[in-house]
Amino acid sequence: MNLSTGSYRTKILGLVMAASFIALIIFAFWVSPNDDQQGGAVRLLYIHVPLAISTYVCYIACGIASLVFLIKKKIWWDYIALSTAEIGTIFCGLTLLTGAIWGRPIWNTWWEWGDVRLVTTLILFLLFLGYLALRAMPSSNPNANVRRAAVVAIVATIDIPIINRSVEWWQNRTLHQRSTLVELKIEDWTFFTLVLGFLAFGLLIIWLTIHRFRVAWLAGEIDSLETELALKKRLEESNI
Amino acid sequence: MKQIWQVCLKDLKVELRSRIVIFQVLPFAVLTIILFAFAFEADRAALRDYAPGLFWVTVLLATFLFVLRSFSIEVEAGAIQSLRLSAVKPQYIFFGKALALFIGMFILEVILGVATFFLYDVSVESPSLLIVSAILTTAAIASAATLYGILSANLKARETILPLLMLPVLIPVFLGAIRAFDDALGAVAVNGWAWLSVLGVFAFIYAVFGSFAFGEILEEVE
Repeated sequence: MNLSTGSYRTKILGLVMAASFIALIIFAFWVSPNDDQQGGAVRLLYIHVPLAISTYVCYIACGIASLVFLIKKKIWWDYIALSTAEIGTIFCGLTLLTGAIWGRPIWNTWWEWGDVRLVTTLILFLLFLGYLALRAMPSSNPNANVRRAAVVAIVATIDIPIINRSVEWWQNRTLHQRSTLVELKIEDWTFFTLVLGFLAFGLLIIWLTIHRFRVAWLAGEIDSLETELALKKRLEESNI
Repeated sequence: MKQIWQVCLKDLKVELRSRIVIFQVLPFAVLTIILFAFAFEADRAALRDYAPGLFWVTVLLATFLFVLRSFSIEVEAGAIQSLRLSAVKPQYIFFGKALALFIGMFILEVILGVATFFLYDVSVESPSLLIVSAILTTAAIASAATLYGILSANLKARETILPLLMLPVLIPVFLGAIRAFDDALGAVAVNGWAWLSVLGVFAFIYAVFGSFAFGEILEEVE
């Protein structure tokens, strides 16, 4: 059995991703200008915003993969769900961390309860921590645990818009900026660097998912082999 | 409909016989309300202002105990196996159990509400909003809690995993219930009626999704 999690193609993908991150660092620190209002703190947004979008992409992918798993019963859909949930949760934690670091000089606080996206992201983080805790639980019936986790992931994904709307109504305000990206109100180099950030993090999601998927698949194969070996041993013992 | 009612009656009879809710969950809930009063240094104005939030936090904690208790009985006695092998459809089992949970929780909320009324010195400005929002909130919590109850039923660490899974999901309901109660009690000037839509949508989604997902999970419960 090939125990490597990579291949020639993933190595190429990894190199392209590494190059895009180097380019992102160069553009973020040396090419893009300071913001009129935010000053140098704007540079943190080049990773904060792509991280936040990547989190939501991972969680939605996890929800979809879980739903397909429940319908098709193909285990590799569950591997995709697990991989994207783990990656999404790491990204989500980093989103909250970079958001807090950015918020301190800009909003003059580490945390703002009145901000919809901030509170929504925190709740999502907790939801998927629960999902990962469930996945990490030892179980005599792994198949049951996988189904349970799929239901939890679907519920968490369905909850995303409900949580967002309820938090928005709850405080009726947000400190976050409106969609300056869509309305193209930002400087040319700033916009380009942000797009570069999206590209780099998009490639990182794909690269990490492929490797994490392969780890999950190998773990599954090892479990099957161990079961097979145990059965074989039992049969040999009974023949004696 | 008859089967739903039969499952519901079975759960209610089990509760009536064991009296765990009356003798353990309810006193725990009242105790929590009293502890909150100590935490706020018995400040009457603060308690009156935050009564909706404190009331629903207490309900959520009591729900957690209620659900844990309800599904532990099913698993420990092997009753869930019999239920699964019966001709009752999983959807009907889900609605039956959710209905029993709804009735039990609503009774608990009424008693807890009376305790809050006297201990926190609150006044009700809109009884109709209070009742409608309590019904919708309880329906939403009961639907979600039934789903998460079966989900964690035979897990070894269900006492720790259940709140971790259930409580974040219930946050939208919690926010909606607080705002509706804020308006009903006149604590904060908000439109409480608008929040009923959030509570209604949540209850509907969990009732529909829960009824389908319940069968998926029930198949695997040992």
